[in-house]
Amino acid sequence: MQLSLTAQKRFVAFNISANFAVSGERIGIFGASGSGKSSLVSMVVGLLKPDSGEIILDGEYLFSSSKGINLRPEQRRIAMVFQQHCLFPHLNVKRNLLYGYTRCPVQYRTVDFATLVCVLKLDGLLSRNITHLSGGEKQRVALGRAIMANPRLLLMDEPLSALDDSLRFQIIPYLKSVSEQFGIPYLFISHSIVEMRLMTDTVLFFENGTLIEQTSSEQLARNRMGDTPVGYINLLELTGMTKRDGMCAYHWKDNELLLSSGNQDSINGLFELSSKDIILFKKHPEAISARNLLKCTVVGLFDSGSKLGVELQIGDGKLISEIVAAAARELEIVPGSVIYAAIKASAFRRLSN
Amino acid sequence: MTHLAPSDYDAIRLSIQVAIAATLLSLPFGFTVAYLITFVKFRGKVLLEVIVNLPLTLPPVVIGYFLLILLGKKSWLGSLLNDTGIRLIFTLKAAVIASAVVGFPLLVRSIRICMEGIDPQLINASRTLGARWHDTLLTVILPLSLPGLVAGSSLLFARSLGEFGATIIVAGNIPGVTQTIPMAIYEYASSPTSEMMALSLCLVSVSISLVVLFFHEVMAKKMVRKG
Repeated sequence: MQLSLTAQKRFVAFNISANFAVSGERIGIFGASGSGKSSLVSMVVGLLKPDSGEIILDGEYLFSSSKGINLRPEQRRIAMVFQQHCLFPHLNVKRNLLYGYTRCPVQYRTVDFATLVCVLKLDGLLSRNITHLSGGEKQRVALGRAIMANPRLLLMDEPLSALDDSLRFQIIPYLKSVSEQFGIPYLFISHSIVEMRLMTDTVLFFENGTLIEQTSSEQLARNRMGDTPVGYINLLELTGMTKRDGMCAYHWKDNELLLSSGNQDSINGLFELSSKDIILFKKHPEAISARNLLKCTVVGLFDSGSKLGVELQIGDGKLISEIVAAAARELEIVPGSVIYAAIKASAFRRLSN
Repeated sequence: MTHLAPSDYDAIRLSIQVAIAATLLSLPFGFTVAYLITFVKFRGKVLLEVIVNLPLTLPPVVIGYFLLILLGKKSWLGSLLNDTGIRLIFTLKAAVIASAVVGFPLLVRSIRICMEGIDPQLINASRTLGARWHDTLLTVILPLSLPGLVAGSSLLFARSLGEFGATIIVAGNIPGVTQTIPMAIYEYASSPTSEMMALSLCLVSVSISLVVLFFHEVMAKKMVRKG
């Protein structure tokens, strides 16, 4: 998918002035609330007309003020998953799913209904009324409805923001797998860096209606580490939990991690660990309260605001810790240094099973 | 009920006929006007809203008089209709038009309230799923406006049953032709010996109105639940 956009739009409170060209299958638009993300996607999908500019998708003009082109939303073949599911309350699940499909020209109909229902696990819900679905089910149906419209581009406008944390990370695998399975590129809009890293490769970072930078989602997370109170969020797939001394022992790559017991008691899961919760030692400490002490090699250092990011290789796994420059000098950390990382058992937070 | 004369049955039948016809006649116009006011941006929208709501504030007799001028032979519309062989004044059609005009604001208001409750994102979703505007109108806006249409129709129907002032001016009070329940009651009330007849018709009128308003309340509650 290749999207090129040059657009200006004046609002009462702020203006949007965007100019970018991006290609790829998993594109993210990142920015805080009110940064113009939703207005931008509304322009791409045709729900908001720019004052001037051009929007070109895969070589086709969707909008051009100079050429007098402005395709209507139904002509663009760009489906959208909204923040709130926006399912039609007067239609049941099946009729919602087929709404776009029946309006799609026959030559573009490639998505198989049965396959989609299977992938999204909607089998038992087809005859149900929308009001009888849970939040996660509604968002899965909304995703399925957009995919069934056989779009050439899928826009996802903060589709997880209305869900609580546990549901958000249950839905993400569906969002990824559906798009990959049916070969539909997407633009994913969010203000969450973690969602960006899980969902996208390339990210357009917007602030006050202006493009600040175009980078990879990983690089964006590193760049913003020093500016955010949560730091860099390490994402860890932990497996094979066993109980030990009232704690949970998980496998992580070829390492073992001890986590506090509690709401984290399940065999596998995706966990987050802030870069602020990893304490570095130059030598093996004699005794510490943290339950995880890992020997690691420094493989990289990067600046992020007032902080220094330290990329650590721990067996097959990688973690990022953040320290201040003075600490780096005292620890004499340089790429190749062998140091120790201590992590409290309570520092991990489960994102999903 | 034993005090009803044969002409009273005609009045009941005509009242129901007028109310049904006025409701059916108003529905497409009411839906269109409510749609325009709710979803379409255009100059003069406030003027349209004022005109639509005018019958709520005017005495029905005034509306009847305006209709008489508009549809009478001396007006361009009346003469045009007369030339094509359509005569409205002092016919049941005039009673239908009078009832429709008087009850129109109630219909538009109900539909509009319902339409304003529709999430605009549903309309956007429909468009991004390939529906053209008229498709969206028929498959999203119309079904979601249904409670408003039903509630508005029941109000207009009930209002039509009670319509007197405008009807008597444009349709007259001709027994068996344009005489509806209110006019029959008026006639009985003018005669000192027909008290029971008037009371019987009043009871019929109250009964029909109760059924219609009960239906209206049920639909209104459904609207609230959906909202």
